[in-house]
Amino acid sequence: MVDIVGGIAKALQLIVTGDPTLYGIVYRSLFFSGIAIILAALWGTPIAMVLSLKNFRGKTIVKTFFNSLIGIPTVVLGLVLYLIFSRGGPLGVLGLLYTPGAIILGEAILVTPILISILTSAIEAVDPEIMSLAKTLGASESQASIAVLKEAVSGVLLSNIASFNRAIAELGVALLVGGNIAGLTDVLTTAISRYTARGELDLAIALGIVLMIIVFLINAVVIMARKARWLLTIWRMPQQ
Amino acid sequence: MKVLAELKSVTKAYGDKIVLDSVNLQVYEGEILALLGPNGSGKTTLLKMLALLENPTNGEVSIANGEVTAKNTEKIRMLTTLVFQKTTLFSTSVYNNVAYGLKIRKIPKKTCEQEVKKVLELVKLQGFENRSAKKLSGGEQQRVTIARALALKPRLLLLDEPTANLDPKNASMLEGIIAAVNRELETTIVMATHNMFQARTLPHRIALISDGRITEIGEPAEIFSKLSRNLVSFADIENTFKGNAYATGEGTTKIRVGNDVEVEVTVQKTGEVSFFINPQDIILSKTALETSARNVFKGRIAEISDLGNLVKLKVNVGKTFAVQITKRSFIEMGLNLNDEVYIAFKASSVQVL
Repeated sequence: MVDIVGGIAKALQLIVTGDPTLYGIVYRSLFFSGIAIILAALWGTPIAMVLSLKNFRGKTIVKTFFNSLIGIPTVVLGLVLYLIFSRGGPLGVLGLLYTPGAIILGEAILVTPILISILTSAIEAVDPEIMSLAKTLGASESQASIAVLKEAVSGVLLSNIASFNRAIAELGVALLVGGNIAGLTDVLTTAISRYTARGELDLAIALGIVLMIIVFLINAVVIMARKARWLLTIWRMPQQ
Repeated sequence: MKVLAELKSVTKAYGDKIVLDSVNLQVYEGEILALLGPNGSGKTTLLKMLALLENPTNGEVSIANGEVTAKNTEKIRMLTTLVFQKTTLFSTSVYNNVAYGLKIRKIPKKTCEQEVKKVLELVKLQGFENRSAKKLSGGEQQRVTIARALALKPRLLLLDEPTANLDPKNASMLEGIIAAVNRELETTIVMATHNMFQARTLPHRIALISDGRITEIGEPAEIFSKLSRNLVSFADIENTFKGNAYATGEGTTKIRVGNDVEVEVTVQKTGEVSFFINPQDIILSKTALETSARNVFKGRIAEISDLGNLVKLKVNVGKTFAVQITKRSFIEMGLNLNDEVYIAFKASSVQVL
């Protein structure tokens, strides 16, 4: 029988003593997911701005498309990306398969629909006069868009945090395009699956605890951010 | 006189709906021009044209002798600013709200701070810099929006119903500020209003707007002297009526406005006349009034509009009168739609045109 109590005790020991294998995996998870969110925000925010502030034919279809992609199974996306990045695939020449770049790109693509959907709703909830107000005070189109984005600060935070949550907790993409190579492309979720399969439960449990702590912390930040006005004030400091 | 802004045959249509119809308008440098017309007549759209926030469907807009094109819109827009009817504020401090346009113009921080302080003093909000703008009272918020516009020292200041949602005290303060800015800074001002009193006292010229067209333009005295002829198109302006006046034999005049409603006025006139009553001059009561006011009518509440600190009621006494009371009075009186109420106003409060 599996020694759960003993496993948890050893896991806590690994966490407390700062086990390099454990913290290497934690670092990679945070780093890959963090970069993935930055990438997703870079291309997702302008898309959300267009979807929420501009009127064009087919807008509803585009919004529905992104909404429906939120629930895409990560293994399916992982498989699609595997086929694209594999040697015979359309982007095989880039040699991205089984590299950190593939995981970052894959996670960025995975979270883009979440980021766009939450951000679009948040921007749509902003008073539509804000755009005109900024313009009549002298703002250019892009400065006025930033003013709108600042008004949607809670939504911006929420979209980024929800995306990070999804990225750090997903398994399919990281496993299929990252290859779960120890010390190079293994992240919290893929490492848990590997160590569980190998019977190294103490490390698997330790990783599971850390993953849960990260997820709880992220949610705590969301709750605190909604309450902590100072955080919002910092965000809203106007550009010089 | 030098023309600062001009609309040449400007038409604005949203789909099939024409909001402005071949409007020609010249705004002279240094003047206050009031756009007077009922709700939905096109005043706001016209202001948005002058603010370069809307493009005309047809026609031409020029400001400071420069025709506005797609390329120079942002540059010319810097000369003008519009204060919206609905108080719109950024979710930040009063300082950041007022300084927004200055920062966009890359004004140095120190100058920026001085300018913000100066305009906040002008609108009597000194010391409010660090307060959260959205937590201020309705009147204070509206003054922040005015301060934010004034800080930019625009050549053309556009005001959309600047006092519509304010109590009499704040409204009168704001009217004073508008007049002072025009007089002392020589700022050209175009303001939309459907407040007859404001239109009569504040501007140098009035443009009457009806159904997206400017029907008349001229000095207040000139416009008001012949307003009755155009009154048909102004039927929607609150508390403006047309009727037949006759002498009472007691030194006053009564005007029959239809549906058995007769209004007593102090002016001696007979025949067809037009008149209006400021909604703030009408007293509202739930019980019959013993009052010196010559005009007392019983009616029912037909409409209730929440204006923030104020509540506007439409009372049907045979004719519909708009009455403006404070939110507190409204709550204390426990008023509801269709309630029976009395309205009263002095004969001397009635402005006969």
